[in-house]
Amino acid sequence: MPTKLEDTRKVVLTNVISECEGFTSLWFVDQWTVKARPGQYIMAWIPGLDEVPMSLSAIDEGGQSSITVRAVGEATEALSGLEPGDRIGVRGPFGNGYSVEGRSPIIVAGGSGAASLMPLVREMLSKGAVPTFVLGARSSTQLMFLEKLEKLLGDNLVVSTDDGSRGYSGHASGYAAKLMESNGYDHVYTCGPELMMARVFLDADGMGLPVQASLERYIKCSVGLCGACAVGPYRVCVDGPVFDSGMLRDVRGEFGVSKMDLSGKMTRVDH
Amino acid sequence: MSKLSLAVDLAGFRLRNPTMNAAGVLGMSPALLKRVYDAGAGAVVTKSIGPVPRTGHPNPTLVQVSCGALNAMGLPNPGVDYFVDKIVKLKEMGVPTVASFFGGSVQEFAEVAYKLTKAGADALELNASCPNVAEELGMLAADAGNVEKVTAAVKAETNLPVFVKLSPNVTNIKSVAKAAEWGGADAITAVNTLLGIAIDVNFRRPVLTNTTGGLSGPAMKPVALRCVWEVSQAVEIPVIGCGGVTTWEDAVEYLLAGASAVEIGTAVMTRGVGVYGEIVEGLERYMAENGFSRVEEVVGLAHEAGRYTESSLDKCNIRV
Repeated sequence: MPTKLEDTRKVVLTNVISECEGFTSLWFVDQWTVKARPGQYIMAWIPGLDEVPMSLSAIDEGGQSSITVRAVGEATEALSGLEPGDRIGVRGPFGNGYSVEGRSPIIVAGGSGAASLMPLVREMLSKGAVPTFVLGARSSTQLMFLEKLEKLLGDNLVVSTDDGSRGYSGHASGYAAKLMESNGYDHVYTCGPELMMARVFLDADGMGLPVQASLERYIKCSVGLCGACAVGPYRVCVDGPVFDSGMLRDVRGEFGVSKMDLSGKMTRVDH
Repeated sequence: MSKLSLAVDLAGFRLRNPTMNAAGVLGMSPALLKRVYDAGAGAVVTKSIGPVPRTGHPNPTLVQVSCGALNAMGLPNPGVDYFVDKIVKLKEMGVPTVASFFGGSVQEFAEVAYKLTKAGADALELNASCPNVAEELGMLAADAGNVEKVTAAVKAETNLPVFVKLSPNVTNIKSVAKAAEWGGADAITAVNTLLGIAIDVNFRRPVLTNTTGGLSGPAMKPVALRCVWEVSQAVEIPVIGCGGVTTWEDAVEYLLAGASAVEIGTAVMTRGVGVYGEIVEGLERYMAENGFSRVEEVVGLAHEAGRYTESSLDKCNIRV
């Protein structure tokens, strides 16, 4: 029987690539993932350990797809330690994904956020729009997909580092605000630390620019049932992960402020 | 004919229509439950709340199976002391709220019920039947004597209507339902999920971290419907049907089987949050087309259907 996108498939890792300090891309072939929209995610299952939501960092590049993992916990450490030929389970893609709009978009990425934005860049380019891409990281060693983005975007790629080791010295959101003030962008996309996205949204919304931000929460069921990933009246797993300006305004009291922990308690968003 | 009304009364708890979300579905956050209410539900049911915070089981906690889902969330909840504010919030927003709850002992059940009552819930649903915490808590609904004891202890701590939610994973659900009624239950919710397993052929292991999980959705509807049929024969108190309600026809089946209201859960996965309003609309159409003006008129009708005879053509709904 042919599998459905919600069924778990076994995929063989075709390639495992260290992208930059702390980030590892896992490449695989999967019939459903190649049909994903930019911004969608899969549930990656490490049998016997955990199942975690992962944004697709590549969709159908020569028939292959990838996720890009930062080792921050048990599951992501295990994923980062896998080798070509190893196998994991995947189901999905799930979620709404980005809607590709605007002739002159600006994209603001922080840390691991660049992962979900890579397929968006490719889709924009294929539709003839060249985005300005602000790639932010703590330090120059953590700039994810730097070379790929340089190749794709040339001068439209700009870099910021918190420690000033490369490009603009300071937060990506600060750099983005300056760019948004002086250039005529018509759409803003952002993925990364929530405090960064909240800042980007505040600035862009103040200038009347429409925003799409990809949010992260603990996702358990991934099919919109359990409510573990609730942000206001929305479920990150199916109503998101991409929130548009209207949704972001609806969740103003939570976005960049608080999030549910695994037990359902609200805790502070601290990065 | 009097004006059609979908309102129902469950032991003094009045609902604008006989639909609610099933406990555990979207029940963690007031804003999301408000969305369920705005989508058309008659009332909402919270996530099952226990005495202390629990993070639940590690993922995978849900796997989709043919015509349903298998889940073992493991009763994640922030604990009753934290959750009382959420009840207050729901009531401030004007949402009729059933607080689902559980405990690890008779004393804990009673304490949590007391706190949820003080917080301002409209009714309580005693979760006697979570199948996914058996090792830690045991499944209360497996034992009629315990169900009676816990129900009585809870009733002593609250003046609210108490619905006791039963498990289909028992030999004789009628005796457990009766025990709840003897303990003072105001209604029976029938039923919780059906215990099952899903195995991954590639990794040659159970998919759920908890190994077993609860089956929900259309796959288990006939079982749940049979439970409602049996329970409604066994007790005098109202029955709330729960299990695989996906369409308005499913809801009507439950009413005909003896349920006074239905809880809808897994259908949110396949049909979205809008499913509540769609089912309510379908139910209203059915009642109008069939000449019913109140929901109670439909409840339990299938039990009276009887055998075909010349003189009972109307009762068989053959000649109307």
